[in-house]
Amino acid sequence: MNDSPAARKGLGADPYERRWMIVSLVLLIAFMVTVTIAGFALGFQVPGDESRVDPRTVADSPPWSEPGLRDLGNGEYVAYVLSRQYLYDPNTITVPVGATVTFYVTSTDVQHGFKLQDTNVNMQVVPGEVSKLTVEFDEPGEYKYICNEFCGIGHAAMFGRVIVEAEAGGS
Amino acid sequence: MVLRERTDYEVTREDRRFVGAHLFVAIVALSVGSLFGPLQAFEWSGLDLYGLLEPIGLGDYYKGLTIHGVLNALVWTTFFITGFLTIVIIKGLGRPLRYPKLNRIGFWTMVIGLVMAAIPILMGAATVLYTFYPPLEASWAFYLGLTLVVVGSWIEGYGFYFTMAEWRKDNPGTRSPFIVLAALITMVMWQIATLGVAVEILTMLLPAALGITAGTDPELGRTFFWFTGHPLVYFWLLPAYVSWYGMLPAQAGGKLFSDSLARLAFWLFLLLSIPVGFHHQFVDPGIPIGWKYVHAALTYGVAFPSLLTLFTVVASLEYAARKRGGKGLLGWIRALPWGNPVVSAQLLAGILFMFGGIGGITNASYNVNLVVHNTAWIPGHFHLTVASAVTLSFFGVSYWLIPYVTGKPLWTTRWASFVNWTWFIGMLIFSNAMHVLGLLGAPRRTPLGEAPYVPEEWSGHLFRMSVGGAILFVGVVAFVVVAARTAFQKSRFAEGEGVEFPIAESIHDPQDTPEWLDRFKPWIIGTIVLVALAYGPQLIEQIGNAAYNSPLISP
Ligand code: HEM
Ligand SMILES: [Cu+2]
Ligand SMILES: [Cu+2]
Repeated sequence: MNDSPAARKGLGADPYERRWMIVSLVLLIAFMVTVTIAGFALGFQVPGDESRVDPRTVADSPPWSEPGLRDLGNGEYVAYVLSRQYLYDPNTITVPVGATVTFYVTSTDVQHGFKLQDTNVNMQVVPGEVSKLTVEFDEPGEYKYICNEFCGIGHAAMFGRVIVEAEAGGS
Repeated sequence: MVLRERTDYEVTREDRRFVGAHLFVAIVALSVGSLFGPLQAFEWSGLDLYGLLEPIGLGDYYKGLTIHGVLNALVWTTFFITGFLTIVIIKGLGRPLRYPKLNRIGFWTMVIGLVMAAIPILMGAATVLYTFYPPLEASWAFYLGLTLVVVGSWIEGYGFYFTMAEWRKDNPGTRSPFIVLAALITMVMWQIATLGVAVEILTMLLPAALGITAGTDPELGRTFFWFTGHPLVYFWLLPAYVSWYGMLPAQAGGKLFSDSLARLAFWLFLLLSIPVGFHHQFVDPGIPIGWKYVHAALTYGVAFPSLLTLFTVVASLEYAARKRGGKGLLGWIRALPWGNPVVSAQLLAGILFMFGGIGGITNASYNVNLVVHNTAWIPGHFHLTVASAVTLSFFGVSYWLIPYVTGKPLWTTRWASFVNWTWFIGMLIFSNAMHVLGLLGAPRRTPLGEAPYVPEEWSGHLFRMSVGGAILFVGVVAFVVVAARTAFQKSRFAEGEGVEFPIAESIHDPQDTPEWLDRFKPWIIGTIVLVALAYGPQLIEQIGNAAYNSPLISP
């Protein structure tokens, strides 16, 4: 805290202040680098720009006219899930352990959420848009997907489940 | 040596009443809005009291949650802030408002808007929560009412600008007082930021609600909403910072550590609080990953002025404490005037905000956001920020501002301290439980008491949450009692007594602050350019591809 009377051009930050600013900047850059590595090198990703649909007719045309699981072979699966007040179609999906499932989720009415418990899948579901994320199921068990966006009076009841079977074969 | 603001200017009786009217509406809103807080917490843990409210038409959890969000997050804050900033402008500049009528018009516009939005909410015709995401349907009166609240706040802001322009003419070459500059930056930021929600309502929601258009584009609506939604949190926070930087040092017996860094922090908030809105849409479809990433980086940028604030506020407090005889590396903290509820409210708010800030960096961290998006973590987080850093600081401001505008002494120091500590303890319990629940996957905006998927593992935390909620409720009731008994008591300050308007002097003469930290134009241009770069391309893309094919649907 030097009380130098000279009029300053700069900020007049004292040495502690200057050090604090440098440490702050370094810290924030370190955070940024970490999420970058996690996102782009380790594939820990968020949903992006997938495709658009017409919410009024989406349930009538393929693939959404037949929501559910498609087996692509080699343990790869695709799941089309329709969300509507207040249920998911389908509300049960069964895959073998080790399966890699890409979820495509959209809505026929209002916004919903799609949070698959105990995984890194958590998506906003928006009418007119398709939300997409991929997950690998390494552990057998039941994984619930629950709606975590307010969608109306019955919202608290809206959920479904992925059943991951220990033995290969079920689908 | 140090420039003195004209603190001797006597605020007129009309202006005191005008500010008081803001506080009145704000506190009424808080007391009604907060009624639902504990009910929500209890419902989550399986104690459903909404049946009791059925006879008065409030039996719907979501109607209650809409009221809670709108009244607490939008009305309590906006009215308190406009009132507080009005007195900051008047006292800071030491002159009356240039066009008092204009500010009166702004205030009454806000009141009319509030009534207009409240009626459909109470009738159950706007059960869309305070985010009103399309295509959830609300009555046109709700959208128009909210618009009027925002427009009213703009008008009050124009009144501030005219007053400032007049002051500048009379005081060429003088640095503007810090609190005034900070208040004006807050308003400028707000006026740029609210363009998003204004466009959303006027081009999408209102026409659809009136049946002029057939539907909405929900993702475009979200982009408009969050253009406003993130800076909204800085609109809440910056007035609290005005008090932390510009008043708390004086209240604690010290000085502002650095006038120029305080100004720099505010300018950085103006620059960076808007072009970060996609961090609320990290898990949205329809937004390319690249843009999400840009906003993630800028969000770390806006954390920088927050860290500056942490330093300057703590340094100012340490300076005050050492002047009061405080010693030791951390021992000085005890020397702060904890017995003064105005101070302790802000200190406790600051402590809760440090937890909130850490959580905020987590939320903002791009892919880490996947873990917490729309879980109980999020309300856990913003009860630390808007409902603590901001609300508890505003409690602290109320303890001197209500006496200041009414001429009546605080009823009482002891009860006010009780409010602060109750809120602090209740919030520690409540928000900790909600953060844990969020990590375990519990969704927000969900009456978990009736959800079929709640695992046993959550129940202990749900119970803690309702205990915290009950304690908070005691705190808010005590606050309303303190405010009401102070304002409506018979006794007045005796001659020569009263509250002084707190303005912290800076350790350095503000006249030494570089001129570029006291000029609006370059910063506003910079803000517009940065917003255009960060939002322009994606907005053009979304507007170009807009499909208004999502009809409104009642919740
Ligand atoms: C008595 C004290 C309070 C308690 C016990 C309380 C409790 C709660 C609970 C449990 C929720 C979550 C409801 C859900 O997601 O289903 C919630 C939401 C919320 N609270 Fe509070 N709250 C209190 C005070 C406040 C205050 C003072 C503010 C703001 C200044 C506030 C702002 C909000 C907001 C914005 C939401 C989100 C609403 C939404 O998701 O639409 N709360 N509160
Ligand atoms: Cu839902
Ligand atoms: Cu934000």
